[in-house]
Amino acid sequence: MAVLRDGAMSRQKTERLLSLVVCLLSARRYLTAWQIRDAVPGYPSSPEAFKRMFERDKDELRELGIPLETGPAGPEEEVGYRIPRQAYELPEIVLEPDEAAVLGLAARVWRQAELAGAAAGGLMKLRAAGVEAEESTQPGIEPRLPAGEAAFGPLWRAVRDRRPVTFPYQAPGRPGPQARNLEPWGVVNRHGRWYVVGFDRDRGQERVFRLSRITGPVMFIGPAGSVTVPEGTDVRESVRAWDGAPPPVRTAALRVRQGAGFGLRRRAVSDRPDSGHPGWDRVDAPFTDCGWYAGYIASFGADVVVLGPPDLREAVIGRLKGAAG
Amino acid sequence: MSGEAVAGRGPGRAGRPPAAIGRLQRLLALVPYVTSRSATGLAETAAAFGITEAELVDDLNLLWCVELRSPDPYCPIDLSYEGGEITVREADPVARPLRLAPDEASALLVALRLLADLPGPQDRSALRRAIAKLEAAAGEAAAPSAQVAVHMDGRAPADVQARVADALRRRRRVHLTYYVPGRDEATERDADPMRLLVVEGRSYLEAWCRRAEAVRLFRLDRVLGVTVLDVPAQVPEGAEPVDVDSGPLYRPAPGDVRVVLELSAAGRWVSEYYPCEEVAELGEGRLRVVLRTPDTGWVRRLALRLGEDGRVAEPGSLAREVAQAAAAALAQYS
Repeated sequence: MAVLRDGAMSRQKTERLLSLVVCLLSARRYLTAWQIRDAVPGYPSSPEAFKRMFERDKDELRELGIPLETGPAGPEEEVGYRIPRQAYELPEIVLEPDEAAVLGLAARVWRQAELAGAAAGGLMKLRAAGVEAEESTQPGIEPRLPAGEAAFGPLWRAVRDRRPVTFPYQAPGRPGPQARNLEPWGVVNRHGRWYVVGFDRDRGQERVFRLSRITGPVMFIGPAGSVTVPEGTDVRESVRAWDGAPPPVRTAALRVRQGAGFGLRRRAVSDRPDSGHPGWDRVDAPFTDCGWYAGYIASFGADVVVLGPPDLREAVIGRLKGAAG
Repeated sequence: MSGEAVAGRGPGRAGRPPAAIGRLQRLLALVPYVTSRSATGLAETAAAFGITEAELVDDLNLLWCVELRSPDPYCPIDLSYEGGEITVREADPVARPLRLAPDEASALLVALRLLADLPGPQDRSALRRAIAKLEAAAGEAAAPSAQVAVHMDGRAPADVQARVADALRRRRRVHLTYYVPGRDEATERDADPMRLLVVEGRSYLEAWCRRAEAVRLFRLDRVLGVTVLDVPAQVPEGAEPVDVDSGPLYRPAPGDVRVVLELSAAGRWVSEYYPCEEVAELGEGRLRVVLRTPDTGWVRRLALRLGEDGRVAEPGSLAREVAQAAAAALAQYS
């Protein structure tokens, strides 16, 4: 058989699949595979080759979300196929112009990210249903979900299909990645970063993982539908609890050079000239994590001096010594 | 490892199907697109689907050629495009679009909910109505969207958000007091707002800066003060909006300084927070990263912050600057 060019091959396949969809949508009862072969042009005559191609075509249609139903067909009660209209068709949807405008805006949110194709495909179907989603004329807001790391696609499919996964994970402060086994409950974006939340089978607990720290392929380790998300789970809340800072607990006493330290002063509880040190201000500011705050203060170099508490003062001196080499 | 399969289907990203499948999706949408409108020309339809007129004509021919051979030969789709106007006379089996797939419903719903949650000038009432209608039309396909949550407040103070949104809605000029952390400096300027961008988890006002006479992005969490002026915003016609869709917001320019940092395991976070041109593992969790920047001031601050968890390897002049700044700061503690 002559090798067909990719384009011709692809066109033949599109024609065959389209005819198959039309055939199964038109069918009033279930059709056997052989009845389908007789009706749809483009299938090979060899039974084995036909079977293989028909199997692939069924998978393709299901992948597209086309509801392919099976039931008894013919006098021998063989396996038969059809596509029920009601399950296939998008229900009636009518959007007002302002609703269609925000839909156009929404479809752009994923433009850099993995579900860009899905958003565009959804918009195409809604336009096909008569929705006029034009470019927005509203005062502009353009949020963008970030291009997720390579792990986003497989993790989204695992969440969608409720399948457990395994992946190598580089936790901070560990020398190398470790394999983790997770029953994923949801994917969350918080402040522009992607996380997956779920039940960690090894730890026996709910855990949150940052996608950028997944260092290798994500693999399924169980069938679809084998993950149960506990009743009342709020994945957004899980990530907030994991990521959220505890309330401020202590106050740093600082001496800040006048005209400097704007960033620091924004969160200050008090800010006044230091009478004993001309050219300097006395600033009090809340902080929680001593190590993190010490780094922040060190970044201002000679413009900020810590008066207390002592552990913060020592931590800043430690940072500066490290930077001095 | 017990993994049975890599969780993916062939090459390409999620939702980007092979050519034959992508075309089938388009063909199934094409007929209802035409039948749900009173008049559809070739040119506007091609534009709506993002294809050329020649491709559209080829699609229409393909639809018209569909033939079922059994039990009796039958051509279920009858259409024409004479005079540039598409007419579908018969296409009963595919007259309605296919239902939304879970990925499609989720992508749109997650985005609409994100827009409804974000502070800004957008029309919240329209968003609520659109969400309800889409959920109803999607049915079961909407369910997985509940497993995706987005929390993006842009990390900006509420009063700044509100005033910027007000200026955008009323198309007014603003006066900004803006903090430049690289220089630890507050600057004053007037700007004509263009859009609110929420990118990489942060809110930015895109505006025509009257001081720089150029389009600038202002991170809202660095706006120290904003006044909405009683002057209409005047964005020059040639002002090019920032391209938010083809890469990171800050892209290196030819004149930028190349900085090499060596990080300890505790300093690895730097590679997640700043766009790095190169990242190499040095063993034991240590990293070597390469950054490009027009202004080394913030790198000096970063190095001071990192202490012994980060070392400037290149350029040597910057490494000396860091050591001097650290020594000067230390002198105040002795």
